[in-house]
Amino acid sequence: MTAAAALERLLGRLPLGWLQLAHNRVRFLAALAGVAFAGILVLMQLGFMGALIASVRLPYEHMNADIIVSAADMNTLADGAPVPRQRMYEALAVEGVAAATPLYFGKIDWKQPDGAIRTLDTFGVDPAARPFRTPGIEARRGDLALADAALLDARTRNAPKGLFPRIAGGETYRFEAKNRTLTVGGLFELGGGFVTDGYLIVSDQTFLRLFPQRAPGAPNHILLTLAPGADAAATLARLRAALPAYDVAVHAIPEAIAREQAYQTTQRPVGIVFGFGVVIGAMVGVIIVYQVLSTDVADHIKEYATFKAIGYPQRFFLGVVFEEAFVLAILGYLPGLAVALGLYKLVATVTGLPIAMTAGRALVVFLGTLAMCALSGAIATRKLARADPADLF
Amino acid sequence: MSGPAPAPPIRALGLSHWFGEGEARKQALHDLDFEIARGALTVLMGASGSGKTTLLTLLGGLRAVQAGSARVLGLELAGVGEPGLRALRRRVGFIFQAHNLHESLTAMQNVRMGLEVHGRQALANWREGCAHLLGLLGLSDRLDYLPANLSGGQKQRVAIARALIGNPEIVFADEPTAALDRDSALNVVDLLKRLGRARGTTTLMVTHDSKIVDRADRVLVMEDGRIVEDSGTQALAWSRPIAPRRADVR
Repeated sequence: MTAAAALERLLGRLPLGWLQLAHNRVRFLAALAGVAFAGILVLMQLGFMGALIASVRLPYEHMNADIIVSAADMNTLADGAPVPRQRMYEALAVEGVAAATPLYFGKIDWKQPDGAIRTLDTFGVDPAARPFRTPGIEARRGDLALADAALLDARTRNAPKGLFPRIAGGETYRFEAKNRTLTVGGLFELGGGFVTDGYLIVSDQTFLRLFPQRAPGAPNHILLTLAPGADAAATLARLRAALPAYDVAVHAIPEAIAREQAYQTTQRPVGIVFGFGVVIGAMVGVIIVYQVLSTDVADHIKEYATFKAIGYPQRFFLGVVFEEAFVLAILGYLPGLAVALGLYKLVATVTGLPIAMTAGRALVVFLGTLAMCALSGAIATRKLARADPADLF
Repeated sequence: MSGPAPAPPIRALGLSHWFGEGEARKQALHDLDFEIARGALTVLMGASGSGKTTLLTLLGGLRAVQAGSARVLGLELAGVGEPGLRALRRRVGFIFQAHNLHESLTAMQNVRMGLEVHGRQALANWREGCAHLLGLLGLSDRLDYLPANLSGGQKQRVAIARALIGNPEIVFADEPTAALDRDSALNVVDLLKRLGRARGTTTLMVTHDSKIVDRADRVLVMEDGRIVEDSGTQALAWSRPIAPRRADVR
């Protein structure tokens, strides 16, 4: 069955919109390319937005903690004032809290043999505690007790070629940072984001040697684990009551993730830029489809006027224009999705960003494409008013 | 015993029309009174600007009646709304000087558009109906041709088929044979006359074509918005009412 026959069966009339589109193949292909382009633009922006959200979530998800205590002015893991270590002991005294461990955070530059510099988000942890549940960290946590020992994120972007297989094979790797020589004895897998190329884990003692201006009594965060069977909400409430709000903020890990994701996507330029990208992509699509549909209406204005004279109602013409809009939406979306899937793979490979297509996103963009084309069609139908059958004589 | 005479399909009383406003307002039709009998082929003649086209568009429900009365197929057009006009248009057929065929539709599909407006039921056996009508117009070997592959005359005949496929009770035609050769033009006129005899289809046609004028049942000549000559309203022996049937053009 041909597309025209299938549409005829579906619509119960000649698929005039489809036949008009298919008749001018060059214009049709250009229109499809335009819709596909808009779809790719939107899918890529949403992909980057999704990668931003996922990259924010990654380090939190690897934490072996239920609650995080941070400075009151903290927006992300990487900012905010240090937290007095005293708060850790106060938290430990709260009913429902089983364990607490400090978490230090800093950034170091990892100079590559080719001169390029990679930024590593560096966590300083107590090797005796268990702040991360990541298998690679857990397996080599004891090694961190050695001075200047480090564990490196195996998904760090643009690392020297062949380095990670060598480390995984038992070789140690040394590099200089902050005027010290760090010895990497193991790997773990986490993954870079928009503001970091990867992660490095060191002991709190090594951290303080790397960042001598930092004080041992002032970590960046305090990670808390709940006692078995403890009520998380009640414990959170008790912690918030016990710890001064002017000094620290207490969040369950999912809350902290949501808070930082909201901050990154709505207040940081990178998130706002991606949001604009989505809007601009949709606008490009609306303009392209409107141009195609309005030109098509203008080109057929006499034929439409003839149909008005024959007695076709306005809804018939709206049906034709919307039929065209939906054909463009569906046939333009599919190649756009295919290209976007390829680009996602390319971006993930090149940048290491956690960018992946989700069924929800694909569906939302498809519905958005339909809406975009319907909006264009609705605007284009205004030109139908010019089809006056009296002008035909 | 014979019943009352059936109402004429077209009746105008004091029909006037103006274009423009203010000082530029110009009267195009002046107080026209006439009736057109059922089944008649009536030709409207007159110089350019004499009001023929304005009259055709008013009677076809394509323009609003401003003054006077125009009663078409029993519907008073003065003050009637868009739904009423649309319903009227479905009962009449229009043949324009320009064919206005859809370039993306074949000859058959273009003709089908004249049928589809009547709803899905009208589409039963549409292929046979459209092919038969196109065959009557000498296009049986062009059924699946796109307009781009038809000559001007062939396109016009497709447009005529589109106007006739819905079995209209009145056909309004504006120079329908201008693009046709002599034989094709006479064929079209004969077809319209046959429809008049068989189903009582009334035709009101603007033309300057003498070969059509010769075959017309009645000729109205217009000048400056007035009917200045009328060949007469002779009784038509074959104008008895016949119930129309869709897709039954024979």
